[in-house]
Amino acid sequence: MFALADVNSFYASCEKVFRPDLRSKAVVVLSNNDGCVIARSQEAKRLGIKMGVPWFQLKAMQFAEPVISFSSNYELYASMSNRVMSHLEELAPRVEQYSIDEMFLDIRGIDNCIDFEDFGRKLRKHVKSGTGLTIGVGMGPTKTLAKSAQWASKEWPQFGGVLALTQGNRQRTEKMLSLQPVEEIWGMGRRISKKLNAMGILTALQLSHANPTFIRKNFNVVLERTVRELNGESCISLEEAPPPKQQIVCSRSFWERITTYDAMRQAVCQYAERAAEKLREERQYCRHIAVFIKSSPFAINEPYYSNMASEKLHTPTKDTRDIIAAAMKALDCIWQDGHRYAKAGIMLNDFTPTGVSQLNLFDEVQPRVHSEELMKVLDGINQSGLGKVWFAGRGIAPEWKMKREMLSPAYTTCWDEIPHARIT
Amino acid sequence: MLRLILVASDPSKILLPLFTESCPAGFPSPAQDYVEAELDLNEYCISRPSSTFFVRALGNSMTDIGLHSGDLMIVDKAERPKHGDIVIAEIEGEFTVKRLLLTPRPALQAMNPAFPTLYPIPEQLEIFGVVTAFVHKTRGGE
Repeated sequence: MFALADVNSFYASCEKVFRPDLRSKAVVVLSNNDGCVIARSQEAKRLGIKMGVPWFQLKAMQFAEPVISFSSNYELYASMSNRVMSHLEELAPRVEQYSIDEMFLDIRGIDNCIDFEDFGRKLRKHVKSGTGLTIGVGMGPTKTLAKSAQWASKEWPQFGGVLALTQGNRQRTEKMLSLQPVEEIWGMGRRISKKLNAMGILTALQLSHANPTFIRKNFNVVLERTVRELNGESCISLEEAPPPKQQIVCSRSFWERITTYDAMRQAVCQYAERAAEKLREERQYCRHIAVFIKSSPFAINEPYYSNMASEKLHTPTKDTRDIIAAAMKALDCIWQDGHRYAKAGIMLNDFTPTGVSQLNLFDEVQPRVHSEELMKVLDGINQSGLGKVWFAGRGIAPEWKMKREMLSPAYTTCWDEIPHARIT
Repeated sequence: MLRLILVASDPSKILLPLFTESCPAGFPSPAQDYVEAELDLNEYCISRPSSTFFVRALGNSMTDIGLHSGDLMIVDKAERPKHGDIVIAEIEGEFTVKRLLLTPRPALQAMNPAFPTLYPIPEQLEIFGVVTAFVHKTRGGE
């Protein structure tokens, strides 16, 4: 048996924990650079605020009650997420962090001591008392069914946030699946659910009745696994250690539009530096470096331009200099004057755990001497907290900062920002 | 007659242990076998790290228990509040430090005679957590 615990309106709830004055207020959290709404409290949902509404639109709207907006405070969310994780680990033998606000639990055999749903309620109470956050718990013989149960526990308030679909009660499972649209199934993409709908498969129950071989032929093995999982056959196991990263992306929206080549070069150079640093944290080498730039799709009277180019290296590298050089080459392929760029980013792909590769007799590019040592010194200085060194390609401006005008304090990670209580 | 002498197919090996510990020339420390972990203040003050939060006290001092403005309070959110506990209570949208009394009826007692004791409706009484310890620095900073 698996359980999926997910925190209700996670980001918005984190903001409320340390703000007793916001207990019953409508709270929304905005994406990076205060772009659009990415989390809403129950009260905000009730006001009809939709996910993804751009902040400038929301600002202009009138609501019956005040809406409090926050910039995303990832320091706080990560800290609270870890706390939720620790609470779950105190009660369950094995826990997998699936995302910042969702955790899968291995609950095999727990029903020998306690009823599954009683256990779910216990989890809920435990997390609530220690963190102030409310979780929903869905349980099922497979991860997909646990996710479906969790979906249903949110959809119908009478479950009180806890629902177990057990093998012994297949009828209940089928009843629930008959009410779940295919697009709500775990891992279901929009394109595939549309194709399924066109074939007359509208609910999870209908999909579970489909022939797995037929599904694999017409779709893919991933969807076949989903069909099997909906029928109670566990195909996806618990992953306690996250698999090594296969890709590193470093991208950001600009605080103000970029129109000159030099400014763009500096921005891309900075992302390349950051991406290379992340790569070394992962102890990986990469061979494939891609750069993308785009203008705003929302801008009126401006042509939308978005493009991407990539460079493939002969030898895997983790040297910032190689990554910057490749990124600059890629940027030169896609740069066009005359656009007002809103976003740029860099992607590293094709990882290997070592820098070893077959050298070519006629290779012009030779491995750099003492690259490892240099990067070690570089990272050492930058992580010391005493000061930063960077490549001149980034320009002399200090590091570009995300726009977070409505940022709440880092209540749990910074001494100067911990909450206050008045002595009276 | 030529006799072919084969090299031993399995030459015997002698494995010598490698001592990674360095061997100082001087007299070894007599205390080496008795080294233990240093005392950790976190361990002393915090029993449940995942539900413990730090909160700064501000305002008038609670002189009778020695809590002063600027002190750091260690607050356990999972602790069940008991009669006589110092708690962080939510009053009018603000965190406040009070002493919780459960008998004869739930009350939040102010430490300072200038403030009245509050008698909240039990269902509306929101306790953020129990203050399990506080740290008062005697020099510098705050």
